[in-house]
Amino acid sequence: MIWLTWRQFRPQAITAAIALAVVAILVAATRPGLANGYAAAGLPTCHANCGTIASTFLDRIGNFDHILFYGSAFLMYLAPAVMGLFWGAPLIAREVEAGTHRIAWNQSVTRTRWTLVKLGLVGLAAVATAGLLSLMVTWWASPIDAASLLGGSAQAAAAGGHGVHVSFSGFAEARLDPVIFDARGVAPLGYAAFAFVLGVAAGTVLLRRTLAAMALTLVVFVVVQVLMPNFVRPHLLPPARFTAPLSSQHGPVNVNAASGVAYIQLTAPFAKPGAWVLSDIVITPSGAEPSNVIMTPAGPELTTMPRACVPAPGSGINPVACGNTLAAMHLRQSVSYQPASRFWPLQWIETGIYLVLAAGLGWLCVWQVRRRRAP
Amino acid sequence: MTNATAAIEARGLGKRYGRRWALADCTVSIPAGHVAGLVGPNAAGKTTLISLATGMLRPTAGTVEVFGGKPASGPDQLARVGYVAQDTPVYDGLSVADHLRLGAHLNPRWDAALARRRIGQLGLDPKQKAGALSGGQRAQLALTVALAKRPELLILDEPIASLDPRARREFLQVLMDAVAEQELSVLLSSHQVADLERVSDYLIVLIASRVRIEGEVDELLATHHLLTGPRRDAASLPASQQIITESHTGRQSTFLVRTSEPVIDPAWTVEPVSLEDLVLAYLGHTAGSAQGHMLEVHQ
Amino acid sequence: MVEFHINSRSGVAPYLQLIRQVRQALRLGLLRAGDQLPTVKDVAGMLAINPNTVLKAYRLLEYEGLVAAKPGVGTFVTKTVSDASIAAHQRLSGELSAWFGRAKQAGLDIEDIEALFQRAVTSAAREEEEAV
Repeated sequence: MIWLTWRQFRPQAITAAIALAVVAILVAATRPGLANGYAAAGLPTCHANCGTIASTFLDRIGNFDHILFYGSAFLMYLAPAVMGLFWGAPLIAREVEAGTHRIAWNQSVTRTRWTLVKLGLVGLAAVATAGLLSLMVTWWASPIDAASLLGGSAQAAAAGGHGVHVSFSGFAEARLDPVIFDARGVAPLGYAAFAFVLGVAAGTVLLRRTLAAMALTLVVFVVVQVLMPNFVRPHLLPPARFTAPLSSQHGPVNVNAASGVAYIQLTAPFAKPGAWVLSDIVITPSGAEPSNVIMTPAGPELTTMPRACVPAPGSGINPVACGNTLAAMHLRQSVSYQPASRFWPLQWIETGIYLVLAAGLGWLCVWQVRRRRAP
Repeated sequence: MTNATAAIEARGLGKRYGRRWALADCTVSIPAGHVAGLVGPNAAGKTTLISLATGMLRPTAGTVEVFGGKPASGPDQLARVGYVAQDTPVYDGLSVADHLRLGAHLNPRWDAALARRRIGQLGLDPKQKAGALSGGQRAQLALTVALAKRPELLILDEPIASLDPRARREFLQVLMDAVAEQELSVLLSSHQVADLERVSDYLIVLIASRVRIEGEVDELLATHHLLTGPRRDAASLPASQQIITESHTGRQSTFLVRTSEPVIDPAWTVEPVSLEDLVLAYLGHTAGSAQGHMLEVHQ
Repeated sequence: MVEFHINSRSGVAPYLQLIRQVRQALRLGLLRAGDQLPTVKDVAGMLAINPNTVLKAYRLLEYEGLVAAKPGVGTFVTKTVSDASIAAHQRLSGELSAWFGRAKQAGLDIEDIEALFQRAVTSAAREEEEAV
C-alpha cells in the first residue's frame, strides 16, 4: 500500500521537490546580503537608539528583497491551498471518477486501510513540504523580522521619529502581524495538514466530481483563513492592556498645510515594537471615547479646539493655559494588544487547533469511504 | 455438491435506488467449482448483483455471502475473491510492470511467477503504460492481475462486451486455461448468451431485476424441450409440463416446455433447445400475456 | 497427437463432439494404445470451453474402455483400433462412392445429396445421443 501511494503521488512529489529547490536557491542567494547588512549596522549588539538604526537598515533593503519579502508570504498562503486542491481533493475523488477504485478496493487491503495509508503518507508529505518552505522563508526573513522587533520600520525612519504601533503602514510588518504570522514558524504546517485533509474530505463527499471538490476546498479554506486571524486568534490568549495619559510635547497647535485648519497633535505613549495591536483608542476618565479625538497614523488628534488653545489675535497661544486645559481633560490612550513575546505561544496554539481540525476531517474521510458505496 | 459452501449465496437480496429496485428478491446459490454465467438484457441488474457480491454496494434488503463470509469484510475475505469490473479498469498512468507490483504489494498470496509467465505469453511489454494498451490487452492485464492474486472465486462483469471477436476468444482461452489450472470458481456476466455458452456449466438468467431461472446447464438443457405437433390448446398439456412459450399457426403448434419427466406423447416431435433459445424464451416469458407466458398466434 | 475443434452451430453438445473426434482419431490410426490425450487444461485453453466439459468427455471415453486416466500424469489411450475396422473403412468408402454415382444418375444435384446426407447424419447422431 505504501508503494502504491508513493507511485501514485510521484508526479506531485517531483513538482514539490522542484518548487522547494527553486525557493532554496533564491533563499541561499539573497539571504547573505540581508545578514551582512544587519550585522554591518551593528544591530546584533545594539543597546541604544536601536529603533532608528534598525529603521535605517530596513530603509536600505533593496527592491528585490522587498518583492521576496511579500512574495514569500504569498507563497506561504498559496502552498497549503495548492496542496489541498491538487493533492487532497483528487486523492479519493479522482480514483472513483476514473473507476480505478474497483481495482484498488478489490485487492487484499480493506478500504479503511487504503484510506488511512493514503491520508497519512500524502498528508505527511504535505506537512513536510510546508515545514521546509516555512523553515526557509523564516530563516531568510529573520534579519528583517529582528529589525522590526527592535523597533525599526521603514516609514518611521523617513519620518525621523521612533516607531509607534506598526500596522499595514510600512515595509517589514512584525511577525505577529496577520499578514506575516501565516508565513512564519509552525503555523504553515497546521494549515497544510488542514487544507490537505479538507481536500480529501471534500472529495469523499463529492465523489466522482473532482473539480467540484477542488472548488469546495478552496472556498472553505479561504473562509477559515480569513476568520482565524480576525475572530479567533486575537482571543487565543487574553490580550494585554495598556493605558497611559496622552501628552502634547511638540507644541500644542499645528496647522494643516493643505487646508489651513488648525489642529492639536497629541502624543500617544504606547511603543512596543513587534506587538500586534488589536484596538487603540483614546478614552476619558469615565472610560468613554470622546467624540472630538481621532486616531491618525501619526497619533491622536483633537478635532475641536478648546478655547484656551485658540491663538489670541496679536499675541499667539498661551502655552500654559492651553497645556492646563488639555491636562484637565485627562485623556488617556487605551491599547489592547498581543505582545511580541506571544508569537510562539500563539503559533503553537493555532497549529494545534488546525491539527485537531485535520484529525476530525480525517475521521470523516474514513467514515465516508466505509459507509458510502460506489459500484 | 450441496455440502460444500456455496461460492455465492444470496437470500432475498435487493438493492433500491430511490423508488426503483435495481435488483429485487434475488435468491441464488451459486455452487463452487463451476463457471457460472450470469445473463440478461442490459439494465437487468447484473452489475448490481455483482457489485453486491463484491462488497462495492450494500444491500437494501436481504443478504449475500461469499464462501460463507460477508463480502469485502476483511483482508482474508478480500483475498479469496478476484474482480474484473466492467470496462476492465486499469491505471492508465501505470505501466504493465507497475500493475504487477501493485498486485504484489497489496496481496499476500500474490503469485509473481504466474503473473510474469502470463504477461510473457500475452506478449505485453512490461514498460508500456496501461493507457496505451488496446482494449483486448487491457482486459488481459486486468484478468492477469486478478488471477495472480490466486483467488478462489473470480467475478467478471461483462469483460468481453466491448472486445473484437479475436480478443474475445483469446480472453476466454486464458480464462479457461486458468480455471483448469487453478481450480477456480467463476461468475461471468454478459448480455449475450453466445459468449457464455461454451464456458458456463451453471446459468443464472436475470430479467427486469429478478432471477428468472438458474441451474446447472446440463440439467437446464435436459429439462427443456421444443415440442412441435398438430395444433392444440395449451390446456391440453399435462401439468408436469410447464409451458414457457407457445406459438400457433393454422395447423401446427409449437411449445417450449420445462419438465423433468420424459415426453411420451407420440404426436410430438421433440427437439432439444439451445441455451440461447432457452434464454430468449424466458425473455419472452417475462414480457408475456396474462397466461404468464408468451403467446404467438399466426392465423 | 489429436487436435480438437468445436462447432458451436452443429447442435451437438461439445462433450459429444470431443468423444466423436477421439473415436475418429482412433479409427484413422492417429491415436494408438499408449498415446496421451491432450491435458484438460490444454484442451480447455485451446478451445475456450469449460474444463468440466473436457473432463466429462474423457470420463465417458474411460467408461467405454477406450482410454484410462492416470492421476497426476494424464489420460492415455488403452486400445488401438484393429486393422479390421480400417479395412471396413476402405470397403465403406467404396460403397459411398458407388452411392454417389447412383444418386447423380437418379438426377439429384449436389445440394439434394447434401440435404439427404445431412438428415441421415443428424438422425443418427440423435439416436446415438439418446443411447449414451
